Amino acid sequence: METFLWGVLPYVVALILVGGLIWRYRYDQFGWTTRSSQLYESRLLKIASPMFHFALLAVFMGHVVGLLIPKAFTDWIGLDQHTYHVGAFWGGGLAGIALVVGLALLIYRRRTQTAVFRATTVNDKVMYLVLALAVGLGMVATLTGDKTASGEEHNYRETVSIWFRSLFTLQPNVEAMGHATWQFQAHIVIALLLIAMIPFTRLVHAFSAPLHYLFRPYIVYRSRDTDLRQSATRRGRGWDPIGTRDNEKSRR
Amino acid sequence: MAKQRRVMAQVAMVMNLDKCIGCHTCSVTCKQAWTNRAGIEYVWFNNVETRPGQGYPRTYEDQDKWQGGWVRTKSGRLTLRSGGRFKKLLSIFASPVQPGMEDYYEPWTYDYENLITAPLGDDFPVARPKSLVTGENMAIGASANWDDSLGGVAATEAGDPILKKLRDEANQQIKLEYEKSFMFFVPRICEHCLNPSCMASCPSGAIYKRSEDGIVLVDQDKCRGWRQCITGCPYKKIYFNHRTGKAEKCHFCYPRIEAGIPTVCSETCVGRLRYLGIILYDPDQVTAAALADDKDLYQAQLDLMLDPADPQVIADARRSGIPSDWLDAAAKSPVYALIKHFKVALPLHPEYRTMPMVWYIPPLSPVVDLLKEQGHDAEAGGNLFGAIDALRIPLEYLAELLTAGDVEVVREVLQKLAAMRSYMRDVTLGRPRQEDLPAAVGMTGQAMEQMYRLLAIAKYSERYVIPTAHREQAHHLEEIGCSVNFDDDPSAQGVFGESSGRPVPVAVESFAAAKARREEAARG
Repeated sequence: METFLWGVLPYVVALILVGGLIWRYRYDQFGWTTRSSQLYESRLLKIASPMFHFALLAVFMGHVVGLLIPKAFTDWIGLDQHTYHVGAFWGGGLAGIALVVGLALLIYRRRTQTAVFRATTVNDKVMYLVLALAVGLGMVATLTGDKTASGEEHNYRETVSIWFRSLFTLQPNVEAMGHATWQFQAHIVIALLLIAMIPFTRLVHAFSAPLHYLFRPYIVYRSRDTDLRQSATRRGRGWDPIGTRDNEKSRR
Repeated sequence: MAKQRRVMAQVAMVMNLDKCIGCHTCSVTCKQAWTNRAGIEYVWFNNVETRPGQGYPRTYEDQDKWQGGWVRTKSGRLTLRSGGRFKKLLSIFASPVQPGMEDYYEPWTYDYENLITAPLGDDFPVARPKSLVTGENMAIGASANWDDSLGGVAATEAGDPILKKLRDEANQQIKLEYEKSFMFFVPRICEHCLNPSCMASCPSGAIYKRSEDGIVLVDQDKCRGWRQCITGCPYKKIYFNHRTGKAEKCHFCYPRIEAGIPTVCSETCVGRLRYLGIILYDPDQVTAAALADDKDLYQAQLDLMLDPADPQVIADARRSGIPSDWLDAAAKSPVYALIKHFKVALPLHPEYRTMPMVWYIPPLSPVVDLLKEQGHDAEAGGNLFGAIDALRIPLEYLAELLTAGDVEVVREVLQKLAAMRSYMRDVTLGRPRQEDLPAAVGMTGQAMEQMYRLLAIAKYSERYVIPTAHREQAHHLEEIGCSVNFDDDPSAQGVFGESSGRPVPVAVESFAAAKARREEAARG
């Protein structure tokens, strides 16, 4: 079981992510969008969405630091474990709180604003559940994951991080992960599930972060398509006829 | 040697506001053709606004609020009013100034089913309005033309950004009754600007200008729904499809234009007030022109348009790859004639610096109507000229709309129209021509007659001079192989006028042909 969770699953997830992204890029560009609901409701969104997204970026950076920088390095530059832990705990904790509050506001908005709720698909609901679980378990791990059940000190940088880096050498250190507390283990399983879901949900918009906007010319000229190119998006998506019943269709 | 001038072609439109009766046929046929889909129920690629009025979405002209278009910085550069690239990216998670559904209107349908399924009772069953967004019962409180023909003007006129500005400037209360004395309609579509700020705002680079005909389109596959374009467009003519999560806009009926037939809104216009044609311009001069002072923008945009009869322009255009049939069309362009030759058409809000390509001939009718009501001879030249000078408010209003506040330009145009009206009345009635009338507006009697012909009796083929898409692809376009020859206007020779005669190919056929050749391409 441990071999599967920590030795096989990460690679399966990576395959699904990469394969899924390629598939979506090739065959569902038309569906590749943020599906913004700002048109329906703006007041709550203007607070909740930036809060969530900026907190997410901070949390992501925290993960990069925590997972990729070996403990040996911070020891070498003279950053002792206590200082590091305090920094990570407060920095990560605050970003985490902002993330949880932002997400809670977004979900609250989605549920209470009729127009937004009606534009919510089953796909969205499942995604929100997994996302909330991943974020929630991450907070639990940050707050309580530093002690094992028997009361021993647990440092994720000596378990999770070592396992994570070992993934890239294709020799997963299953044992290291096995020593992590259940909070971290649960967080990682759900996070893997979330990552696998990205290509198939609206989360895919993260992969089209428009950084090239900073460099492109303002005015874009393009020649009329001579090859009469057609969108590769075929089934299931496209323009729907008008009428309230379509809302039902989207919720199926 | 100087760098060779590039020349590009642009499909442009002119609307003669004097002829608009506000029937909304253009809006309805456009909606039937393009926006009768889920997610854009609230969207009108073409809408007709009553002026004075708030417009659609309401108060969209108030750029302090909606942040559309370009501004000139102190250092003399052009920048988006809503902010530079970094600011746009930082505010991407929630667009700071996007109009909400309430600024357009909540679309609705009626519960017609209740009319036949309601149980027998004492009361008549009614079809209650149901929101197309939430599906719930709703009270209708707004629509795209809620203040049509000044309806409810007492409640809505305070929201007209132009009136507000004029009031602030005059520092006085303009009386409502006085405002009621003038009213006109403004049909609006996407301006297909030469310097589009929607395009500049798009983080994904999904909006593009076609290099062949200048039509501005949204690549539905590349749009990622960041909705910055909606803020960027000062005319608010880019819309968010809330079902697909993509931006959509008026595409100048490009499948029709490619086949050489006019847009749906032009084709169905009851007043025949729309003109379509080609403009040649130098794309490398656009930014410089957009940097002119507010009141010079009209002239700067005129200067941008190249004379299609100039041999040097023709040579440069050929070198830039513009086919000869397009050059022929440019030479016959009614749009060029109205904009630059007769100088009677004006751009909508040039101060947004987007270099719009749908121009308007300001209406003389409000002045004429007022004179008539006061019992004057409304078509006598002297009376008209006097009235144009006396009617400060309509003139200033039109100037805010069409010339960034330059009243003189509007006055000149209206005087030309007035002179034409007066001069041609004498011609029609067989009275001696008053050659001082055209002379007073710097024209000759012959030019006056030409302008009259173009404005009053131009036939289908004179109003719409649209070359078909490039010859290399001509075999794809079925209208070429079609038996109906479009080069000579079937109605021109007909004794029964334009609406009779041989059947006219419709866009459905173009669509079928487009579909067929796509399928062919997919197979091949």
